[in-house]
Amino acid sequence: MSARTATEDPAWVRWALVGLALAFVAALVLVPAAAVLWEAVRGGAELWWRAVADPDARAAIRLTLLVAAVAVPLNTAFGVAAAWSLTRFRFRGKSLLVSLVDLPFGVSPVISGMVTVLLFGAQGWLGPWLDAHGLKVVFAVPGIVLATVFVTFPFVARELIPFMESQGVEEEEAALVLGASGWQILTRVTLPNVKWSLLYGVILCNARAMGEFGAVSVVSGHVRGVTNTIPLHVEVLYNEYAFRASFAVASLLFLVALVTLVAKKALEWKQRSARATARRSHA
Amino acid sequence: MSASAATAVAGRARRVLPGFGLSTGLTVAWLSAVVLVPLSTLALRASTLSWAQAWAVVASPRALASYRLSFGASLAGAAVNVVFGVLVAWVLARYRFPGRSLVDAVVDLPFALPTAVSGIALTAVYARNGWLGAVLEPLGVKATFSPLGVTLALTFIGLPFVIRTVQPVLEDLDPELEEAAATLGAGRWATFRRVILPALVPAAVTGFALAFARGLGEYGSVVFISGNMPLRTEIAPLLIMTRLEQYDYAGAAAIACVLLAASFALLLGINRLQAWTRARTGKE
Repeated sequence: MSARTATEDPAWVRWALVGLALAFVAALVLVPAAAVLWEAVRGGAELWWRAVADPDARAAIRLTLLVAAVAVPLNTAFGVAAAWSLTRFRFRGKSLLVSLVDLPFGVSPVISGMVTVLLFGAQGWLGPWLDAHGLKVVFAVPGIVLATVFVTFPFVARELIPFMESQGVEEEEAALVLGASGWQILTRVTLPNVKWSLLYGVILCNARAMGEFGAVSVVSGHVRGVTNTIPLHVEVLYNEYAFRASFAVASLLFLVALVTLVAKKALEWKQRSARATARRSHA
Repeated sequence: MSASAATAVAGRARRVLPGFGLSTGLTVAWLSAVVLVPLSTLALRASTLSWAQAWAVVASPRALASYRLSFGASLAGAAVNVVFGVLVAWVLARYRFPGRSLVDAVVDLPFALPTAVSGIALTAVYARNGWLGAVLEPLGVKATFSPLGVTLALTFIGLPFVIRTVQPVLEDLDPELEEAAATLGAGRWATFRRVILPALVPAAVTGFALAFARGLGEYGSVVFISGNMPLRTEIAPLLIMTRLEQYDYAGAAAIACVLLAASFALLLGINRLQAWTRARTGKE
């Protein structure tokens, strides 16, 4: 038996705690994750491919990519503007604005979708006007985009604000003194400095945009091949007892989630090594 | 003084960096268009009901049963997550064991996985013929299409919150505190209970409240495993969905207002708690 220091736990305590923690994480996360993959592939590659290449599935994939391609750039641009405003200046009402940016996180996805219906639906404020102009928002693609924009609103700003706060403004002020314009400061100083946080925010935003279910479910109307995103297509297949096909399509979303997790790990590693380099160069 | 505080003082006198009007204007405009105006329609739509009508919707037996389930299952899930979240955070921060980095990575899966996928995965695993459901079935535990299933889904959804708030606090904890406690004759358990645990309480409470707030509004992961029986396994967000499908927009808005008020009160409490912790520990 090896001697242990006074702040080390006995081996049996360590192993018991590790075992308990592993059992908890396995029962709630690892086993369900493995089940998605197993159910997706156990019918064989051909079955998987048939489910994914089905015309309705392909339409759902196209729609999901379209929705993400609109919502993510919009909220990225907003996130950069919000982070610039909220970390580079002090003004009255700033802390209120910070809380309001986080607001969509506190709203149930069902409610996020519902407000789009209340605003643009047939009985909504803008419904009659849209109707008169032949525009359809609810139960159509624009409504799905709007609901997704609402739900993914805070992600980029949320990542950027604490990081830019911790970075301070010395470099930007130096650029200003050297005669840089606002745009030059943003694109040559600030964005290169925050690129990893920004990228992570974009990846999180994208994962949510592609995976959103509740909000999109309210506004989509579930028209097969037209207004079904990938998560809605998964639900439709599941409710039709086409379990294999449902899990096959779900495995696509699982891959998006895996990419997100890997990106998070890579970013943490990048930041740690950047900090270590900074420490070495200061020493 | 932190860098941000320094700019804050400078910025009060004159704003050094350009773009204040543009960035703040964009933020406020986008926020209003995307979030504030749409949310305000909720209150306006609910207000088309008279008080008596609104009360009849909000306090109907079916609505009350759905609040009970949503609040009860979210509370239970968050409570389980406090106990196991502190345990997992402890194990990740303090011990080295095979599979540690895998566990550290998959803890975030409930954040990253679309809720519909989580829902069908949990249902497949905990159904009577599922991998874990088949183990629970002979014990008389019905884990799907029951309130327990709802709790299970909400525990899954809330899992990362406590771990990710407690883990950094544990990693930053000064080892000298524990050494001092050991020198003064405290055993490991006494050190944990009297020295380490008090330092974790604010983070654990924050994580608990975040998990609770998330659980209240959760929809996708619950609707597959719950079975959605009115008065028994119907959560409040699903009741809103049902009302919407019946084109009862005012009724749906009234129930949504109740749910939103609860979530916002929780988030406000979390903000207060975090501000208080920062002020007490003097750390950012």
